[in-house]
Amino acid sequence: MALSSPVLHARPRVAALLRYLGVGIVVCGSVAVFFTFAFGNDFGSVLVVSLCIGLTSQLLIDGGRRLLARWLLRSRPDDPALRNGWPGWRWTAPIVLVGSWVGIQIGYSLGAWILGIDLQRPGMDRPRSVFIVMAISVAVAVAVIFWSWSRARLAASEAQAQAAQRAAAENQLKLLESQLEPHMLFNTLANLRVLIALDAPRAQAMLDHLIAFLRATLSASRTGMHPLAQEFERLSDYLALMAVRMGPRLQTAFDLPEELRNLPVPPLLLQPLVENSIKHGLEPKVEGGRIELRAQRDGNSLLLSVHDTGIGLTPDAFAPGGSHFGLEQVRQRLTALYGNRAHLALEPAAEGGTRAIITLPWPTLT
Amino acid sequence: MTTALIAEDEPLLAAALQAELAQLWPELRIAASVGDGHAALAQTLALKPALCFFDIRMPGLSGLEAAQALAEDWPADTPFPLIVFVTAYDQYALQAFEAQAVDYVVKPVQRERLAACVTRVQARLAERAPPGEALQRSVDQLRSLLGSTAVPALPRLKVLQAQVGALVRLVPVEQVLYFEAADKYVRVVTAEREHLIRLSLKELLPQLDPQQFWQVHRGTIVRADAIASALREESGKVILSLRGHADKLTASRLYAHLFRGM
Repeated sequence: MALSSPVLHARPRVAALLRYLGVGIVVCGSVAVFFTFAFGNDFGSVLVVSLCIGLTSQLLIDGGRRLLARWLLRSRPDDPALRNGWPGWRWTAPIVLVGSWVGIQIGYSLGAWILGIDLQRPGMDRPRSVFIVMAISVAVAVAVIFWSWSRARLAASEAQAQAAQRAAAENQLKLLESQLEPHMLFNTLANLRVLIALDAPRAQAMLDHLIAFLRATLSASRTGMHPLAQEFERLSDYLALMAVRMGPRLQTAFDLPEELRNLPVPPLLLQPLVENSIKHGLEPKVEGGRIELRAQRDGNSLLLSVHDTGIGLTPDAFAPGGSHFGLEQVRQRLTALYGNRAHLALEPAAEGGTRAIITLPWPTLT
Repeated sequence: MTTALIAEDEPLLAAALQAELAQLWPELRIAASVGDGHAALAQTLALKPALCFFDIRMPGLSGLEAAQALAEDWPADTPFPLIVFVTAYDQYALQAFEAQAVDYVVKPVQRERLAACVTRVQARLAERAPPGEALQRSVDQLRSLLGSTAVPALPRLKVLQAQVGALVRLVPVEQVLYFEAADKYVRVVTAEREHLIRLSLKELLPQLDPQQFWQVHRGTIVRADAIASALREESGKVILSLRGHADKLTASRLYAHLFRGM
C-alpha cells in the first residue's frame, strides 16, 4: 500500500518521537520535584540525575522492546502488534527491569560527570536506596509504556474502524454497479434510441420502466424494507426492459398471492437472482425461455423463488468469486438482516433451467 | 454488389442497424440478419458475404467465437469477410480491438461512428487484397484477440472422472492423447479407449497445463508429446499424426503457427 511508504511516515514518526521525549522530560521533572520535597535534595542536581536516569532508561527500554519486536517479527510476520514494535507485556517486563537497572547505573555516572561531583551509586550495600530508585524508575517506565501502548491501541482501532467503513462503502458501490450493470444499461439505451423513432409511445413506456427501475436501484441501499408487491413491481420493470431487448425470446410470469402483497421485504433482494437467470440462463440460450417469480407461504417461512428455463447451472456457478458476485451479495444481505434464519438455495430445475429460492422468516407486519 | 450479414440477438437493434446501413450505404445488400452465434457461422459460410456485423454477446456462440470458427472453416480460395464487432460495453474487448486495429462500433450505435466505420470498410474492400493475404491478416488479428482474452489458469486437473451409468472411470490426465469437443460433452481419447465427460472444452482448457496440452483447433486439445508429425496442407491447415494411435487430427489456421520446425 502506498500509505506505508517511509517518506509519508517520516513526519508523523519524528513528531511521535518528540512527543515521546517530551513526556519523558516532564515525567523526570516531576520525579525531581518529588525528591526535592520528600528528601530535601537540591532541585537542580536531582533534575539532572533524574533526566540522565530517565532518558537513558527510556532509550534502553524502548530500543530494547523495538529490537525484540523486530526479531520476533521474523517468526510471526503477520502480527500487527509486533509490526508496531510491541512484543507484549511478557517480554516487556524483563526489559523494563533490566533497562531500569542499567539506566540507573549509567544515569548516575552520567549525572555525576555532568555535575562534576562525586555521586555515590546506589549499590547492594544500600538496599533501601536501590529499592526506592528502582521502584520509582520501574513505575515511571511502566506508566510511560502503558501510556504509549494505549495510544497505539487507540490509533489501531481507529484505523480498523476506518478500514471497515471504507470496505462498507466499496461494497455499496459494487452493489450499485452490479445492479446498474453497464452492459444492460447501454443495451437498454440502444433499444430506447431505436424505439424513439420507430414507436414513440412504446419508447415512452420503456423509459418509464427504466426510470422506475433506476429510482428503486438508487434508493434500495437506503430504505430498510418495502412491501412485497413493490418488489414485484420493480422486478417487472426490469423484466419489461429485458423483454423489449430480447423480444419473443423472453416470457415472464408472476405469482404473488393477495395476502402476501403487504409483507415487508428488503428492496431489490431478488433483482440479482432475476439478473442471473437472464444473463446466465436465458440470454445464452438460442431459443430463450421463461422466467417465473413466485412468492408463497410455507409454515413459518416466506419462500421467494426465481425459476428460469434457461441453459441450467454450469459447474462454475458454484465457483467462489468470479462473476457470481450477485449470489454472494444476496447471501450477505440475508445474513446481515436475518442472521441464520434466512437462506438462499440454488438448484437445477426438473425440466432444465435453474431455480433460486430465498427462504425468509415469516415477517411480522409493523 | 457488396453483401453483408448482421448477427445481433436483439431484434430492435438488428432492424435499426439495417435501417441505418440502408441510408449510409444504399448499395449494400443485407444477405441475412441472424440472432445467434451458430446461425451467424452457418449463414456466413453459406452466403459468403463481404462484410459481417457480429454482436459480441450472443446466444450460442459469442461474436468472437463465431469469428474464430469462421477463420478456421473458411475456404482458402474465397475472400475472407471483413468483420465489424458490435458491443454495448466491454472494456477488455474494446482495448483488445484497439490494440489489434479491429473494426468495431459501440451500442447505442451513433450515426457518425457508423458512417466512419462504413467509410473505413469501403476503403478496405476497395483494396482487393488477394484472398490469402486478407485471410492471413484476419487470422493474425483473431489469434492476438484470443490471446488477450484468455481465461486465467485454474488449478491443474490431475484425474478426469468419466461417468457411464453408475460407473465412474478415473483417467489420469497424462494418459490422455487428445480431447475433442462433442456437443455438450468432451471426448477423451487415450491409447486404449475413449470416454465422455460432461464439461465443455472451454471449461476444461484453463485446468490443463498449456506446456503439456496444446489447443490446435476450437474443438481439439492435444497432448504435445503425443504428436508424432505435422503435415502442412495447401489450405493452411496442418494434419497431425499421433504416436500409438491411428487417428489424424487437424490443426486449424489459427494454430498452424505452433508447427514450424526448429
